[in-house]
Amino acid sequence: MIETDILIIGAGPTGLFTVFEAGLLQLKCHIIDALPQPGGQLAELYPKKPIFDIPGYPEVLAGDLVTNLMEQIKQFQPGFTLGQTAETIDKLEDGTFIVTTNEGVKHHAKAVAIAGGLGTFEPRKPILKDIEFYEKEDRGVDYFVKDPEKYRGKNIVISGGGDSALDWSVFLSNVAASVTLVHRRNEFRGALDSVEKVQELKKSGKIKLITPAEVIGFKGAERIESVDIEINGARMNVVADYFIPLFGLTPKLGAIANWGLEIEKNAIKVNNALDYQTNIDGIYAIGDVNTYPGKLKLILCGFHEATLMCQSVYNRINPGKRYVLKYTTVSGVDGFDGTRKESEKAVVKSIE
Amino acid sequence: MPQDITLKITDRNGQTHEIQAPTDMNLNVMEVIRMYELAEEGTVGVCGGMAMCASCQCYVLNDVISLERNPDEEAMLWEAYHVKENSRLGCQIRITEDIDGLELEIAPEQ
Repeated sequence: MIETDILIIGAGPTGLFTVFEAGLLQLKCHIIDALPQPGGQLAELYPKKPIFDIPGYPEVLAGDLVTNLMEQIKQFQPGFTLGQTAETIDKLEDGTFIVTTNEGVKHHAKAVAIAGGLGTFEPRKPILKDIEFYEKEDRGVDYFVKDPEKYRGKNIVISGGGDSALDWSVFLSNVAASVTLVHRRNEFRGALDSVEKVQELKKSGKIKLITPAEVIGFKGAERIESVDIEINGARMNVVADYFIPLFGLTPKLGAIANWGLEIEKNAIKVNNALDYQTNIDGIYAIGDVNTYPGKLKLILCGFHEATLMCQSVYNRINPGKRYVLKYTTVSGVDGFDGTRKESEKAVVKSIE
Repeated sequence: MPQDITLKITDRNGQTHEIQAPTDMNLNVMEVIRMYELAEEGTVGVCGGMAMCASCQCYVLNDVISLERNPDEEAMLWEAYHVKENSRLGCQIRITEDIDGLELEIAPEQ
């Protein structure tokens, strides 16, 4: 059982920043996210795109914002349960919660902050015969690259024409025995450097490109041994230990929709006059996942909501305790890892 | 004073709505669909208008606009479902006076 003060569901910018604000109040956080890496939409959908409305940053790449947030919170040592989705929630008699993931991992928390953004990102799956069989129990179909080491020395077929198909092809070409990239078109859509890298690796023979083509089926009794590919009406067969279709992700509110929370227009209703608490005491919803009159789905609004929510959780955990707002510039930041950040002392000295 | 334009949009239940859209707010068709709540919130414009999700896919029903897609839009539609000859992404169609009278049907959910 993982023990924490605030269990955050969603490792997007709002969820990550919650760790910082909670840390200032000496509250510990643990984050669950369906994706294998932190950052939510920013890391998964548009890491190389700029954002122009983060206060203090005239322009920041989404991926860089995530990197910075991870740096900003690291002294508060957040725990992560990645690649799993929060499935059930149980409220105990003492007002604390147990949240269990789809893989059965249990988290015990004093408060739950749903920072789920658009919802759980579920992979868009190609419609292929028997794909449900092969996607289970490591039989060869994967929709995410969770642990690249798994593919060491293996034959990999990747399908898709966007950034993630390009980037994972490049990455796995250094790990796998072979990488074959299959795409319906000759053209790929991605960041220029990703496209150029694949071009280079194709020339040097490290990536095999099959276009315009589509994976149309599998061979293998126990698990995948090869995939059938259709190219210009002709068929070919490519040896494969793993087939990784990367056709993007669709967000779904998922299991959270069954937690008894008040939901309006696919978002969770919260009390915005006070602390972004939901209709269930002790469960909060912050960032894009919530709704209230005047709601704006902006990262900067998520940061604000996270900050106010942490105050409410502090009061919940420490009833009756008075809290005085402190400025980080004045009091510094004391990490749970023993580090301390503080402003440099000014000198008082005469100038002659 | 810029004129509002009229659009005819058929929703996912087959009902056609005749709506007015302002041309001076830098809007696109996806945003107008959300503005008038012609599709359930959360099922259209998921990526915010980056041509990265195809949740705002529409079928163009008359010849007010060209069916030519920009490169991002074209690439997204290669990988989307329910794509037809006359598919466009709503987020890539700007609301300007040139598209007055445009008729569209919102494609099924992805």
